[in-house]
Amino acid sequence: MTVEQLSVFVENRPGKLLEALETLGDANVDLRALSLADTSDFGILRIIVDSPSNAFNTLGEAGFLVKSNDVLAVVIGDKPGGLAAIVRILSDAGVNIEYTYAFVAHSRDNAYVILRVDDNDEAIKVLSKNDVTLLSSKELYSM
Amino acid sequence: MNYYQPQIECMPKDEMKKHQSELLIRQVRHVWDNVSYYKDKMIKANVKPDDITSIDDLYKLPFVTKDDLREAYPYGLLGVPIKDAVRIQSTSGTTGTRVVAFYTQHDIDLWDDCCARALAAAGSTKEDVVQVSYGYGLFTGGPGMNGGSHKLGSLTLPMSSGFTERQLQFMCDLSATVLCCTPSYAEYLAETIEESGLRNKIKLKAGIFGAEAWSNEMRRRIEEKLGIKAYDIYGLTEITGPGVSFECSEQTGMHINEDHFAAEIINPDTGEVLPIGSKGEIVFTCLTKQAFPLLRYRTRDICILSHNDCSCGRTLKKMSRLMGRSDDMLIIKGVNVFPSQIETVLIEYGLSANYQLVIDRKNHTDTLEVKVELNPDMFSDTVRAVETRERELREKIKNILGIDAKVTLVAPKAITRSEGKAVRIIDNREI
Repeated sequence: MTVEQLSVFVENRPGKLLEALETLGDANVDLRALSLADTSDFGILRIIVDSPSNAFNTLGEAGFLVKSNDVLAVVIGDKPGGLAAIVRILSDAGVNIEYTYAFVAHSRDNAYVILRVDDNDEAIKVLSKNDVTLLSSKELYSM
Repeated sequence: MNYYQPQIECMPKDEMKKHQSELLIRQVRHVWDNVSYYKDKMIKANVKPDDITSIDDLYKLPFVTKDDLREAYPYGLLGVPIKDAVRIQSTSGTTGTRVVAFYTQHDIDLWDDCCARALAAAGSTKEDVVQVSYGYGLFTGGPGMNGGSHKLGSLTLPMSSGFTERQLQFMCDLSATVLCCTPSYAEYLAETIEESGLRNKIKLKAGIFGAEAWSNEMRRRIEEKLGIKAYDIYGLTEITGPGVSFECSEQTGMHINEDHFAAEIINPDTGEVLPIGSKGEIVFTCLTKQAFPLLRYRTRDICILSHNDCSCGRTLKKMSRLMGRSDDMLIIKGVNVFPSQIETVLIEYGLSANYQLVIDRKNHTDTLEVKVELNPDMFSDTVRAVETRERELREKIKNILGIDAKVTLVAPKAITRSEGKAVRIIDNREI
């Protein structure tokens, strides 16, 4: 079970991030999760949205470089060591994490992280075996 | 007076013309007999060696262009058997193929003579210590001035470029009196000397600075900071290297070594020869070189020729400072750069990507930034993947240009277009 993430190339110049976000807002796209990776020259805006194909097309038409990837949305108990336990499972299975970012939802009991790994199938297998809950796109979008 | 070969440098003008005519007749025969590539060009142009009876017939010969050099690469224009050639030098081509030039010992000797004349004109003698801070290797700057200094009998210090601290230490410890390097490096050294308080420790009296464009303002700044007289020098690998022409004490243009190189000014659009005093593209014919005897080579350098009497006593024609190019070549850190070279790299890399070159001069050192528009194939959601591509591109560009460039990835269509055409070059240097 994976969810679709969009990555947007954002030049490291004033107003560029705003332009991307406004483009999404104008298209009525709702952001569920977001992270911005940056270097000295450019940034990569990664987003989980409620309507990925709409967002993909809108950004593309506005001249942005967009890439779609499948990532994992993992539910973790909101307690100390929660994320470490997940990372341990993947580490033991030899799955590399490219990057991860957390997001908040209205529920207080759980925390949520997005994981980008090098092997989705293996990660899903080992996480499920360890009773870790993964969110489907549908669940995520309706949160 | 400051001559190395006064009998040539001060030869009466009509005698020089006669001398050139004899040399040209012989040279055209040599090329016809030994360079089939050029012979074919002559046949196509319907010219035979017998049609060339004086230097005034030069216009009848077909031009050699950078395209010819690429087509004939590597040995197609070699005028002697390999056993008779002793040296290769090289410079950038317009694409991935570099220009290679060949020399016999005779060619090296005449090149050294030309550089020795330049050094003598700048006041160098057997008593002087000449610090050569041009790059050595394939680049002609170092080897040329090194050879000239030897010929003249000056004590030669083959520093090559870079390592500023060591340059300054040797300059002080060994009491260098003549400095040879690019003008931008001279200015950088001058500034460092000023900052380090070494001004009273240096013994420089003259500098010969070439391989890139500079202005009279820059000349005055260097002269003032170093307490020297600064001389311009011109040359190109295709013809020989530095020493094709050189400045004298009058500092009003560079005397062409006409006993080896015949100069013409042409209209770059039509190829028509223009009268002396006109601004146009300078074309050189090698009158004496054996191994790489280019006839009517189109340099793409724009300047003006003059033949007035000079206060230095030399009778050789003078060419003005370069006023531009008739192509899009740039000189960055003394290295010839063609935008088409970058394009070649991008295409090789599978990119039809748009690009822009931004050139600046920071701290008297040229900087090159290559902006490349990202395309979907190059983009990834991980920073690592994008940066790897950026690095690979930088290495490829460094490989082909020979200089380090900063590669900046920008968004599609981020590069300014004027009337739909991308602006390829932004040169912010103030010279």
